[in-house]
Amino acid sequence: MATPARGVPVAAGEREIHVLAVDDSSVDRAVIARLLRNSKCRVTAVDSGKKALELLGLEPKVNMIITDYWMPDMTGYDLLKRVKESSKLREIPVVIMSSENVPNRINRCLEEGAEDFLLKPVRQSDVTKLSNWIR
Amino acid sequence: MECSSLHRQLAIIKKNLFDQGFLDEQFYQLEELQDDASPNFVEEVVTLFFRDSSRLLTNIEQALREKHPQDFHRLDVLMYQLKDSASSIGAAKVKNECTVFRELCDKENLEGCLRSFQKVKKEHAILRQKLENYFQLQRQVGPVEKATRSGN
Repeated sequence: MATPARGVPVAAGEREIHVLAVDDSSVDRAVIARLLRNSKCRVTAVDSGKKALELLGLEPKVNMIITDYWMPDMTGYDLLKRVKESSKLREIPVVIMSSENVPNRINRCLEEGAEDFLLKPVRQSDVTKLSNWIR
Repeated sequence: MECSSLHRQLAIIKKNLFDQGFLDEQFYQLEELQDDASPNFVEEVVTLFFRDSSRLLTNIEQALREKHPQDFHRLDVLMYQLKDSASSIGAAKVKNECTVFRELCDKENLEGCLRSFQKVKKEHAILRQKLENYFQLQRQVGPVEKATRSGN
C-alpha cells in the first residue's frame, strides 16, 4: 500500500516539509541544513545513523531522510536498509549523499530503495529537486 | 573614501584566493547561502572546518607516529574525512593534498605519506591564515550587500 508521507499542515493547505539530515561531519551538516532551510524545509540534523533511528522511533513526522553514505559505525546504506525493512518507516523517501562517485555504490543504494544519490558538495539546485520525492 | 577602499581590498583578496587556487567554486556557493537570517554563515562553517580539521590532523599525526605495522586503512579513513570537509568549504589546495595522501596510503607508501602529510598541514595553515585575514577585513567593511560584490 503506497501511502505517501504527508507533511504537517502549517496554514491554508501549505505543508511544512520535515527533513532528517544525517551526517557525521559538522561542516556538512551545517551546509545541508542551510540548503534545506533555504528550500523552506524544517530540518533536524543528527550525526549518526543510530541517532537517526532513535529519532524516527520517537514518531515525529519526517517527510524525507537525507544521509551521508560514509559514516563510522553505521553507513548511510545500512540506515537505508533499516528504514526500508521497517513497516513503519519504509514509505519515507531516503536520499544518499557521497563525496565519492562510485557507480557500484550508487546502484546498490538505488536498488535498496534510495530515491536519489547526490554527489557532494551538494548544491542548492540538487536540494530544490528533492521536493519531487515528497508527495 | 576609506569605506570603498576597504571594499576594494576585500574584493582583491577574494579574487586572489580564487586565482591562486586556495578556494574553488564551492566557497562562492556558501556565500550565496548567506542572507539576513544567517549573516555569518560562511565564517561559521569555516570555523567548524578548522575546528574539525585540526583535530583530524592531530589524529593523523599520531597515527603516523605509531610503530609498524602501519594502519593505512585508518589513515585513509581519517584523511577521507578531512578531504570531505575541505571539499565542502571549497578549500581546493587542502583537498588536493588530501587526495595525494590517500593515493600514497593506497600504495602503503609510508615515506610518501609522511611527506604528503607535511604538505597537507602546510596548506591547512596557509588557508587558515588567509581566511582569518579575509573575515577580519570583512568585519571591518561591515555587512556587504550581495548585489554589490565587485571585482569578480
